Amino acid sequence: MDAGAEATPVKVSARDLDVFYGATQALHGITLDARANRVTALIGPSGCGKSTFLRSINRMNDLIAGMRRQGTILLDGRDIHDPDVDVVDLRRRVGMVFQRSNPFPKSIYENVAYGPRIHGVSDRTTLDEIVRTTLEQAALWDEVKDRLGASALSLSGGQQQRLCIARALAVEPEVLLMDEPASALDPLATARIEELIHELKERYTILIVTHNMQQAARVSDTTAYFYMGRLVEMGPTAQIFTNPSKQETEDYITGRFG
Amino acid sequence: MAQHTDRRYEEDLARLRQLVLEMGGLVESQIADSVRALASNDAALARSTIERDHEVNRYDVEIDEECLRLLALHQPAARDLRLITTGLKITTDLERIGDLAVNVCERVVERSGKGQEVRIDLPRMADMARGMLRESLDAFVREDAELALKVCRDDDAIDALHGAMFREVIGWMGADPGAVVDGTGQIFVSKYLERIADHATNIAEMVVFMVKGKSIRHLSVPTTI
Repeated sequence: MDAGAEATPVKVSARDLDVFYGATQALHGITLDARANRVTALIGPSGCGKSTFLRSINRMNDLIAGMRRQGTILLDGRDIHDPDVDVVDLRRRVGMVFQRSNPFPKSIYENVAYGPRIHGVSDRTTLDEIVRTTLEQAALWDEVKDRLGASALSLSGGQQQRLCIARALAVEPEVLLMDEPASALDPLATARIEELIHELKERYTILIVTHNMQQAARVSDTTAYFYMGRLVEMGPTAQIFTNPSKQETEDYITGRFG
Repeated sequence: MAQHTDRRYEEDLARLRQLVLEMGGLVESQIADSVRALASNDAALARSTIERDHEVNRYDVEIDEECLRLLALHQPAARDLRLITTGLKITTDLERIGDLAVNVCERVVERSGKGQEVRIDLPRMADMARGMLRESLDAFVREDAELALKVCRDDDAIDALHGAMFREVIGWMGADPGAVVDGTGQIFVSKYLERIADHATNIAEMVVFMVKGKSIRHLSVPTTI
């Protein structure tokens, strides 16, 4: 039995979450638990609501005009929409990695040090230490340790994406949201990101949106299938990919969709 | 069930099912011919049946290749994955059944011209084993787990029949030492047929897995699933 099968505490918990963009309802009553130190994959066709759900967890959707929400999301049992929750602190605790790597047009060092700096770390030795350990965690240190002052834009696509992961890790998050983190990368760079996800789950709770079903099967412990804004089925990844209980899930993962 | 978006994939899976059925049909006729050769002491029929085993082997290789190709090219999941892995395992059992039919024929060839008399009801046993094989393949193509379970249950009857025949042959060999060679050969054949039924049972168990996603192997047969 793989480690993913053992229950760990619930880290992120959505309860009856509805999200509307204007008159359009993007999510319908999503109730879903993501467990600590586990990778939860969100799969489903375009427009199914998986990215909206992901972006709800650190309240990124708050930035979209006309967005409305009902229901709750709990982080360690606490409602992330409580009036006294500091959204900046929430986004520090819940980091995000996007589809396209988006390093700042600054040095490799500054990309990683940026977050800790704005959270008040100014001591150079401490920053050096954070930069080194997070680049190590992101499996990038050995490739860049001799050129930390070089522009982040001089890195390859796969390296840039790992730099963005390091940047997210530098502020010591607890949860990592990944929105198709490898879809713009070649197979080798993709394999490195997937290997990294395996290592990162020892420390973090990871939720990943992916269109690549084999990737979901490879990296996740739990898979949730979304369709038209609803959570159709969620279960252990091995079970979802060998014997899902819902016909809709079966049709999607076997390529009988549409 | 909805069709695959990828039509070629759909056709490939249909072709896999077809190949397994063709192989199954061929193996069934191999069993029938081997037992007919035994009952009529027909060494020529036994030899031609042995010859045809290479066709069974060719299917074994072809289906293996087809399954590997499907796995590599389509990364199948769920029911498709279960169909393909079941295909891989079923062909192994079918190939072994083919070999057992050859073994029956070899016993016929060994005793050819020696006027052997088949004194136990091996044809009935062969019919039972063939029936189990046919039903396990029907269950495969119709995705019928209940029929597959029936095949698993039927295995007890053929085991019992083999036990009865064994005791009967021991009885007449004891009374007539001259019958020991024929008797031993017929005990072997009875065992081959009992093994064929075991392989049919394996196929049926795989069909239950294919349809339900649940393994019933090495467990007592459930009454329903």
